[in-house]
Amino acid sequence: MTPTDFTPWTSLAGGALIGASAVLLLLVTGRIAGISGIVRRLFPPYGTSAPREAAAFIAGLFAAPFAWTAATGDAVHQTVTQSVSLAVVAGLLVGAGVFAARGCTSGHGVCGLARLSRRSIAATAIFMATAVATVYLVRHVFGGWPWA
Amino acid sequence: MGVIGALASGLIFGVGLILSGMADPAKVQNFLDLAGAWDPSLAFVMGGAIGVAAPGFWLVRRRSAPLADAAFHVPPADAPLDRSLIVGSAVFGVGWGLVGFCPGPALVSLPLAAPGTIAFAAAMVAAIAASAFLKTGALLKR
Repeated sequence: MTPTDFTPWTSLAGGALIGASAVLLLLVTGRIAGISGIVRRLFPPYGTSAPREAAAFIAGLFAAPFAWTAATGDAVHQTVTQSVSLAVVAGLLVGAGVFAARGCTSGHGVCGLARLSRRSIAATAIFMATAVATVYLVRHVFGGWPWA
Repeated sequence: MGVIGALASGLIFGVGLILSGMADPAKVQNFLDLAGAWDPSLAFVMGGAIGVAAPGFWLVRRRSAPLADAAFHVPPADAPLDRSLIVGSAVFGVGWGLVGFCPGPALVSLPLAAPGTIAFAAAMVAAIAASAFLKTGALLKR
């Protein structure tokens, strides 16, 4: 477990940028800034899913750490699990879960709550609850992953 | 124009994730750790994002169409819940809690090339692609 500082102002400002990005995407392309849905749109069937716009959004995400370091002169600070096997298990759960739920933290948690979608309010309450329960079990019942 | 708008939106979204701390799995897990090293910062991320998106969406939806498409592609806000939404959200939350990555932060962290990030993102994208395939058979039909 790595302690982190409480950062209300930078978190609020970063959140505002995320909200502004979602408004821009809706204004230009008419679509919700939900990352899981955007990943889904990279794969067939395409129909009206505009895969080039989806790929462009993801290219913008990939450019962000470079833009961050160029603008601030600072590396992106993060602590990622050392366990590749745990990462694979978690990635499979997240991928399958967000596909079935048709949204994740961005599509349901930000965009859906911002437009008071019933499905998104329910989804956000459920994934917050199981995420909190998972961290509680791992850290306070099992005493942490020995290999994480 | 749609492609340029999406690229700009993705870049702003990614910088927002990094600035907010949401791209740090340790910070996400500490937010979820109510009984331990609780870091409430991510509530401010959601507050900031919804505080901008809610009035922004309302203004945009007063238009008859977006700038680069003939119509909006937004599901109705009163669509009913179903088992897939409930089970999928529960499963997603478990994976999110296990390593502290949800889809956006995982993709924005991918160029930093930590082994755990690469493994998580590859598994996540594979699961989404496989789910799409199982649901539609689209890869077979092409």
